[in-house]
Amino acid sequence: MSLKLEPSPEQIKQEKLYREMGLTDEEFAMVEGILGRTPNYTETGLFSVMWSEHCSYKNSKPVLKRFPTSGERVLQGPGEGAGIVDIGDKQAVVFKIESHNHPSAIEPYQGAATGVGGIIRDVFSMGARPIALLNSLRFGELDASSRVRYLFKEVVAGIAGYGNCIGIPTVGGEIQFDACYEGNPLVNAMCVGIIDHKDIKKGQAHGVGNTVMYVGAKTGRDGIHGATFASEELTEDSDEKRPAVQVGDPFMEKLLIEACLELIQLDALVGIQDMGAAGLTSSSAEMASKAGSGIEMNLDFVPQRETGMTAYEMMLSESQERMLIVVKKGREQEIVDLFSKYGLEAVAIGHVTDDKMLRLLHKGEVVANVPADALAEDAPVYHKPSSEPAYFREFQAMENDIPQVEDYNETLISLLKQPTIASKEWVYDQYDHMVRTNTVVAPGSDAAVVRIRGTKKALAMTTDCNSRYIYLDPETGGKIAVAEAARNVVASGAKPLAITDCLNFGNPEKPEIFWQFEKSVDGMSEACRKLNAPVIGGNVSLYNETNGTAVYPTPVVGMVGLVEDLEHITTQVFKTEGDLIYLVGETKDEFGGSELQKLTYGRIFGKAPEIDLDIEAKVQKQVLAAIRAGVVASAHDIAEGGLAVALAESLFGTKGLGAKVKVEGNITSALFSESQSRFIVSVKKEHQEQFEQLVDAVKIGEITDSAKLEIYANNKVVINQKVADLEDAWRGAIPCLLK
Amino acid sequence: MKFAVIVFPGSNCDVDMYHAIKDELGEEVEYVWHDAESLDEFDGILLPGGFSYGDYLRTGAIARFSRVMQEVVKAAQAGKPVLGVCNGFQILLESGLLPGAMRRNESLKFICRPTKLKVENNQTMFTSLYEEGELVTIPIAHGEGNYYCDEETLQKLIANKQIVFTYENNPNGSLANIAGIINEQGNVLGMMPHPERAVDELLGGADGLKLFKAIVKQWREANVIKA
Repeated sequence: MSLKLEPSPEQIKQEKLYREMGLTDEEFAMVEGILGRTPNYTETGLFSVMWSEHCSYKNSKPVLKRFPTSGERVLQGPGEGAGIVDIGDKQAVVFKIESHNHPSAIEPYQGAATGVGGIIRDVFSMGARPIALLNSLRFGELDASSRVRYLFKEVVAGIAGYGNCIGIPTVGGEIQFDACYEGNPLVNAMCVGIIDHKDIKKGQAHGVGNTVMYVGAKTGRDGIHGATFASEELTEDSDEKRPAVQVGDPFMEKLLIEACLELIQLDALVGIQDMGAAGLTSSSAEMASKAGSGIEMNLDFVPQRETGMTAYEMMLSESQERMLIVVKKGREQEIVDLFSKYGLEAVAIGHVTDDKMLRLLHKGEVVANVPADALAEDAPVYHKPSSEPAYFREFQAMENDIPQVEDYNETLISLLKQPTIASKEWVYDQYDHMVRTNTVVAPGSDAAVVRIRGTKKALAMTTDCNSRYIYLDPETGGKIAVAEAARNVVASGAKPLAITDCLNFGNPEKPEIFWQFEKSVDGMSEACRKLNAPVIGGNVSLYNETNGTAVYPTPVVGMVGLVEDLEHITTQVFKTEGDLIYLVGETKDEFGGSELQKLTYGRIFGKAPEIDLDIEAKVQKQVLAAIRAGVVASAHDIAEGGLAVALAESLFGTKGLGAKVKVEGNITSALFSESQSRFIVSVKKEHQEQFEQLVDAVKIGEITDSAKLEIYANNKVVINQKVADLEDAWRGAIPCLLK
Repeated sequence: MKFAVIVFPGSNCDVDMYHAIKDELGEEVEYVWHDAESLDEFDGILLPGGFSYGDYLRTGAIARFSRVMQEVVKAAQAGKPVLGVCNGFQILLESGLLPGAMRRNESLKFICRPTKLKVENNQTMFTSLYEEGELVTIPIAHGEGNYYCDEETLQKLIANKQIVFTYENNPNGSLANIAGIINEQGNVLGMMPHPERAVDELLGGADGLKLFKAIVKQWREANVIKA
């Protein structure tokens, strides 16, 4: 009945109704050109979601092409549900990161939960068993408002609610707090899976006459136009978009995982794809387009949760926990039986055709008939103007500033209490990080490590992005994001394999924002090449703005590395009294975008820390060689807060150990500078010689049994603190801010 | 000895339990789907953790109606060892094989971390390899582990030495720090902490292994005597 209420093609055109759906006048004219007629309401909807930035990458595509995406281990690069990298023994690792920023800004629990659910589906739709989850989160300052604290608590609860129930461990992640994220938090979720090469499945609809089946949860009216919503700025009216946020059912998805992993073992299966953003529309159009075929579906057969749904609503719904599959003709009953074991529906709703059209029938009428390629491939591509912002020129002209520090002890404690540095235990205690009993290194270390059962191997994984550096200097900051992720992976004993990225930026129609985007990608690409870690997939999230103000450019890097032998697994924690402490890498007077700068001035300015990728690559290679040679007791990347913070972190949880360290040069820089390409490594005395042969490093001290952190400069004590006091400050900061 | 790991829709620690038995204990083990109509071929029954049926209603409230639960009750009555961990414990409570009920954690948050437990009673088929009063580290991972029973039941649990494990630092508000209880017959143990997650030093500790070894030891002794 509601069909009759839909506007006619003429109305859509004359009243420019397509604009509300996100299409421009030019784009609507293009659609008319493709079809040779004016599209009806449903067809306009199909084009508007498929041509949204979220689905088509129309603004970001030309820039994304700059990423290196191939490598000898890469089995699947960008373009499918998730990328795949070979790890030997006919096994591969599958991973991807994706944003769910806008839904989380409006409805944080469900926004975050469905972000997790969506990324898990991307991984198991490739045929892989999901083995770990990570995330990368950004919020406003915790003391800014109760709204920020509410968003933080609910996002964490949503991630926990989904991940814990579905039984995939949440093993790592990162969280930063900055005022720029106050109205537009970032919620990026990453999933890692394992697959045997022979099981790799693609989302392609091959074989004319084969049957298109719908499996999983029923379709409701939730999430209609979610992809379009994700491609707009947030405003005060965004609360009205709450119906565009989906609701998650992790139990349903748990069943769907088990059923789909059984399904991929059947030779009846031709192709499988998640119904993610733009739901039934994107899955059907993309599967047909990738296979060079067409699909005809009768929407009468789509399992529906609500009555009276229109074709438009069904095609644009983003109800969760659904997959579209193509199976060999005549084998449908096997699929129905398999899914019914799990209490799930599997319904034939159409078939593969040879006319390259996506044709939809509803109640006996053809309600849409459009070329699948036009939806999936032919979105316009825009080369947006780019211009260097004035702030960048100002920052580049500044001399390196060393903040004034009165009391080094006080400053160290203040830094440890900064929410970005402070312990995130309050968060990861809520995540089941142990389920599936493979988690060797739990959250809180540089990278998480998950063993691969039945082998000597393990995977190290991390998410990283210091957006302050990227704001100051996107190209340098982009390099640092990749380099830091690799440093974390190396510190845990692994060799970087590849990255997935989640590019969170403001409105690309602003030339200064587009410039940030381009420069970040350039920097990341160069680091990926130098560190031999290609980009195997990812996601772009633009329009992260609130009332016209953009977030810091935040291209989050999700990296996975391979630990070749469980013996190589290394943690950041100091192990034994008497071990020697080494500093790897050069310390300079670099405070642009640092925690100390923010603490001192309440804002960030100047140049980002420099990074020389050749040095970075050399340092990482040396540290990994030393770890593999068995001469490293602990290794820790030096990041936010500098050496002093890194030393403190290496002492936390040791129960009784201390460190006595001597530093040189400017004391503030030695303690708190955020110079890149640095590690703290501890080494047993008997390994001293061998370690020094392998790594260019300076011995700066020794592990003691004093339970104190003592740092000397020019024969004077500059830091002298009980580890317990430092640890209390670090552990207590976030719970205290939430009270 | 042959173990059954019961799998309900939504169980997710079934794999952990299975591998603890197979890889670390070296005993026979099989997954058994929730609609199974017999457990006769098994010597020990394991109810793993997870979120059976999503636990959207009350934890374990739907799983107790599964067909296999009739068989679990039979196995319990026959004196076979039955171990319910986390969601498995919750299902044992819902099905009446153990007394009491589970509430949400006092903090209203899910908690996942290693916890110190005290072995209160080592005179059971599950704990005979621990010392009485021994402190063991076994992780918890639950949102509803806040055990409750009425005063009369509590006194009975104490009198019968049915409280097997208690928390050293109560993480969830559980009555009398209760982490695990056993039935009066001594063959059905429910506990919120996950012994199957503490069987391998690589993953941070193996204090849970003795619990499984004790089950096997008791079974071997009983069967040697029978033979």
